[in-house]
Amino acid sequence: MSSSSDQTRRTVILAVLATAAGAAASPSARADEDQPGSDERPQKADVLVFAEGERTGEVIKPEDLKLGGPPVRAWPKDPKTSVVRKGSRLNEVLVIRLDPAELDDETRARFADGIVAYSDTCTHAGCPITGWVKGATGDKNVFKCFCHNSEFDPRQSAQVVFGPAPRRLAALPLTTADGYFTVAATFVGKVGVQQPG
Amino acid sequence: MTTKQWLLSGTVAFTCLVSTTAGAGPIENYSPVTSARLENPEPGNWMLYRRTYDGQGYSPLDQINTTNVKSMTPVWTFSTGVVEGHEAPPIVNNGVMFVATPMGQVIAINARTGDEYWRYKRQLPDDLFQLHPTSRGVGLWQDKLYLATTDDHVVALDAKTGKVLWDTKVQDYKKGQYLTLMPLVVDGKVIVGGSGGEFGVRGYVVAFDANDGKELWRTFTIPGEGEPGHDTWSGDDWKTGGGSAWMTGNYDTDTKTIYWGVGNAAPWPGSTHPGDNLYTSSVLGLDPNTGKIKAYHQYHQNDSWDWDEVEAPILIDLQRDGRSFKSLIHPGRDAIFWVLERQADKINYVAGWPFVQTDVWKGIEAETGKPIVDPAHKPVMGTRIEFCPSLWGGKDWPSAAYSPKTRFVYVPANDNFCGGFTGEKVPLVPGQLWLGTKPEDIGLKVKPGADHYGELQAWDPATGKKVWQQNYPKSQLFGSVTATAGDLVLVGGTNDRMFRAYHAKTGELLWEQKTNSGIMGMPVAYEVDGTEYIAVQSGWGVDAQRIQDALATTNNIGVENNVPQGGVVWVFAVKK
Ligand code: FES
Repeated sequence: MSSSSDQTRRTVILAVLATAAGAAASPSARADEDQPGSDERPQKADVLVFAEGERTGEVIKPEDLKLGGPPVRAWPKDPKTSVVRKGSRLNEVLVIRLDPAELDDETRARFADGIVAYSDTCTHAGCPITGWVKGATGDKNVFKCFCHNSEFDPRQSAQVVFGPAPRRLAALPLTTADGYFTVAATFVGKVGVQQPG
Repeated sequence: MTTKQWLLSGTVAFTCLVSTTAGAGPIENYSPVTSARLENPEPGNWMLYRRTYDGQGYSPLDQINTTNVKSMTPVWTFSTGVVEGHEAPPIVNNGVMFVATPMGQVIAINARTGDEYWRYKRQLPDDLFQLHPTSRGVGLWQDKLYLATTDDHVVALDAKTGKVLWDTKVQDYKKGQYLTLMPLVVDGKVIVGGSGGEFGVRGYVVAFDANDGKELWRTFTIPGEGEPGHDTWSGDDWKTGGGSAWMTGNYDTDTKTIYWGVGNAAPWPGSTHPGDNLYTSSVLGLDPNTGKIKAYHQYHQNDSWDWDEVEAPILIDLQRDGRSFKSLIHPGRDAIFWVLERQADKINYVAGWPFVQTDVWKGIEAETGKPIVDPAHKPVMGTRIEFCPSLWGGKDWPSAAYSPKTRFVYVPANDNFCGGFTGEKVPLVPGQLWLGTKPEDIGLKVKPGADHYGELQAWDPATGKKVWQQNYPKSQLFGSVTATAGDLVLVGGTNDRMFRAYHAKTGELLWEQKTNSGIMGMPVAYEVDGTEYIAVQSGWGVDAQRIQDALATTNNIGVENNVPQGGVVWVFAVKK
């Protein structure tokens, strides 16, 4: 059979998913679905907990976040009832610590000490955003949705910087107090996708 | 998944569904669709996915032909108001056109004037994870039509009004189950297959009663305990082994056998699911009344490349090597042009050859038809493995066509691409993607010095000879092909937004028209009041867009990545 044996081809990092392809697994809202309040959207004063890894369920502290990323996947948790709001995948957020000097004014005003949080549900077709990679344009890392390659810049209110996504990610404002950070207000912007007209 | 979870059909949920009626409706004098009409459709209608049950994608209309196609011009267009990949053929029944779009919409249109009769909008759940936000069309039966949705329901609508008649939940979208295909209707049964292999599901084909949506049978494409073929799996791999069946099947009306393509194994690296893994990357011959598997052929074993073989093979009466036989023709994602013989209860391997460059196969065993793999190009855990063609294969889901006039098969192919990834153990979380690699590790390579990527190929399946080929220097080819008795071959599929007509015998480009977006959808031909029309949806997205993004990143190729999104139905005719 014929062969294309030349393996010195230029590599393209793709972020593509062929027909049966998609983004990486992310933690999901499955267990505790029935806990009252677990599918309510994040509320003021909620804390954020690790959504995956060895420390799943533990409260995230500022020092757990490395400056410059990568982002950590998190669920909001009601500190009074201890209910983790993982009853809906629309509640999952990406939280990341960035140099405050890199944030635009709107982003800086909304977040705590360079720690910013956004919905991880892509506004294009609703895939979870799983990438923290160098953007298609520019040198900086951006949030990337591998389903159809949309990119969002967390320094600029997660606005779309590449790909088919129609609008920025919903932001979850944060505030810091007593060595923790907590949710300062409900999501700004619509979480998830928009039905066409 | 538990048995209970698989048996969710019958749930009715009318509350989240909306239909609206516009100026031109309701439809008067609708022509009910019968078995006889589907088995022998009038030349002017396009009522099945590929017009006829044999899947040839051929229209007997010849009013628009090689002589006059240069005068073909748009007669009406219709904006769907929806972005993303518009992949469905406009379905036409005696002057009424039904168009399915992404996001679960169906629009009924006067096929002559372009006026809207009614529109159905499904209210998709906010938390739906749409990996492939698309629909490949609606099936027709009597005065109903059937839509399969990305939130995993099959919906029956009144063809005259768009009113919801029944709505059956197939499985749970939160578990990664979804539907994108056009339902196949056979004798009052609405038959669909599920998507979701990339979520670690177990594939299936399922039939519902066309009248009330009750489930009649369900056949898993991965055999369970005690079923033949189960021993081609190890341990519990079969429970999450993929094998999605997400393209519409074809139907042999003589032997009463439906032929259904089955997708790749999950997760991707074959070493994570040792064995041949029936019936992944196969074609199944099923009894439409019972779902019983009558025959199968596995194109390649222990799939490790994401090469699902979901497009159903084309049914062609073939003369080859001095004998006549009923064939199944399948230009595969695995880069092999397969010629098989279909018998009532058996599928025989006849011949196979690569139609684009591949380094994965060293040959094909003549007796069994099993391709011989080069282990150097088979993905494994922990090491990056490169292989050609790319993950999208030699030809992805967009359909090939066959013209019984020329006796050629027209294949939308891609060459000069390779791909690769590093296998990695990834825990399965229901409802989340499960590929067996990191998405950022997936790569596409292009061959240095390659002068083109997409190819429209014409093959003579009787001789195994390529008759002509058109190359696309700056684009992949990602669109279905249709042939007509006017000796035209119609295809979009390129990033320059063109819709093209070629001479079926010579491959000469006869006509082209730039459209609003790229065309992934399937062209159709139909006739109303004595005039032949050609229709197609233009609306770029999904995998065509993904390949596009990859190509654009290789800045030495000069490929633009500026294909606008947004769907439009285009209808053409020849000026009189
Ligand atoms: S869902 Fe994120 S880019 Fe499409």
